[in-house]
Amino acid sequence: MKNTLTRKKTLENMMNLIFTICGFISVAFVIVITVFLIISGAPAIGEIGIFKFLFGKVWSSTSANPSYGILPFILTSVYGTLGAVVIGVPIGILCAVYISKIARKKESAIIRSAVELLSGIPSVIYGLVGMIIIVPFVREAFDLPDGANLFSAIIVLTIMILPSVISVSETALNAVPKEYEEASLALGATKTETVFKVSVPAAKSGILASVVLGIGRAIGEAMAVMMVSGNVPNMPSLFSSVRFLTTAVASEMSYASGLQREALFSIALVLFVFILIINLFLNLVVKRKEH
Amino acid sequence: MKSISFRRKLYEIIMKALIYIAVGIIVLSFVGLIGYILYRGIPFVSWDLLSTKPSLIRGTVGILPNILNTLYIIIMTLIIVLPIGVGSAIYLNEYAKNKRIVKIIELATETLSGIPSIIYGLVGMLIFVQFFSLGTSLIAGSLTLVIMNLPTIIRTTQESLKTVPNSYREGSLALGSGKWHMIRSVVLPSSIEGIVTGCILSVGRIVGESAALLFTAGMANEIISIIHAPLANNAGSTLSVALYMYAKERGEFDIAFGIAVILLVLTFIINFAAKLAAKKINK
Repeated sequence: MKNTLTRKKTLENMMNLIFTICGFISVAFVIVITVFLIISGAPAIGEIGIFKFLFGKVWSSTSANPSYGILPFILTSVYGTLGAVVIGVPIGILCAVYISKIARKKESAIIRSAVELLSGIPSVIYGLVGMIIIVPFVREAFDLPDGANLFSAIIVLTIMILPSVISVSETALNAVPKEYEEASLALGATKTETVFKVSVPAAKSGILASVVLGIGRAIGEAMAVMMVSGNVPNMPSLFSSVRFLTTAVASEMSYASGLQREALFSIALVLFVFILIINLFLNLVVKRKEH
Repeated sequence: MKSISFRRKLYEIIMKALIYIAVGIIVLSFVGLIGYILYRGIPFVSWDLLSTKPSLIRGTVGILPNILNTLYIIIMTLIIVLPIGVGSAIYLNEYAKNKRIVKIIELATETLSGIPSIIYGLVGMLIFVQFFSLGTSLIAGSLTLVIMNLPTIIRTTQESLKTVPNSYREGSLALGSGKWHMIRSVVLPSSIEGIVTGCILSVGRIVGESAALLFTAGMANEIISIIHAPLANNAGSTLSVALYMYAKERGEFDIAFGIAVILLVLTFIINFAAKLAAKKINK
């Protein structure tokens, strides 16, 4: 009897330990990822010089006299993300308003499933369709020698961030208390006025979270933009071929060596810092909502 | 009834028009995207495509190796990530007493879920391919995806653990079972649907993943037997990676669209399954 009891206690303690280890594994992963990125990314930044690396305007990693400036990539990522957010967020919010407040139950169920399906479609498919439809279209419409440019990338990114913007905004709009809207309607406001002057402002922290989520998704997207952006390290302008932070890492990784390879890890480190800042911001926004 | 002023009427009309335009854009891009992929891809989906491997001698361009690799990676990833993720959720919900620690772990999990897949690909290459010298291999790819999918499994399991009534736990403990026995026999069985949902979502993410696998699992198109799949240095591309390769590197768009149709069907099935599981939880 006593024997089984001690055995039971050992088992309990063991399971306790196992679950504790499992619990801390995500913390361990975050630390490992950070450490590996810093160890492999920092030396090249030191060698090139942080100022020259971050603000250098020329990236020519394979030339005889190589220079490693990633300002073009940083600006391209920022412009591309901003472009996608500026176009995508209004469309996404309006669509969320429709699903949440205006559409009949059946309509909103259909659109919601379509949005869910869009969010599940692999990014390479967006890239493929962008390559075949959007790139030639942009070339024809603006009479350019090549349609693979920042503008095409922005269009593809816009479509890719729409599902997350819509679904998070919709959740936020659904959570607005009915009384707010009823009060507004009772005071004589029309349905549309109520939606835009009462519901949307009341859901603004959730909507802001959806925007930040969209930014995170756009800045981290690699494969789809790789297929439509032309992948040339130019300083960004709307109709020139460009390279993003993500695609800079992906496009040269397979053949890079030496300092060039280390510089790619440094780019990843810069991207990681961007993402951490966005995450931090998202956390602050969400936390404020909870209070 | 007094009608509203002209300005308010104009506002009403403009806003409504904008809403319908936005919805129109969504519907149009949805229908256009799906329709175009089906239109371009369906003619190239054939039994030959699904059942052969690429071979210059026989003149076949099948994707059987890619289908198998996708399956292997899904299975290996889930086998590893499930126990860890479920265990982590159990710790957070059942064992952890210190709120501060829970906060830290949840922050770490959120950070993991926000990291873009290209960074996972790079870190996976550094850790698994080089540091643990697994080489470019299916197992290195799977381990990378384990880290990527951990947040999904933790979150869905945790959500369903939260719905298990405390009275179940108290009843079990009052009957004399230890904590582990209580979790095994009462808590876990009542939260199985959440775990299943997590698995389905993870499968969706694995099927669609390409950037994280490019440098970890490689681009080979050879058939690997199930015995060799978990061994080091057995590289292979999944369907998504193969699509990227055919479209971007080789310009063979017909095969790319054929794969796209298959991926689309898979996405559809996974979405449907996830919805079904979610419905079951809500019941």
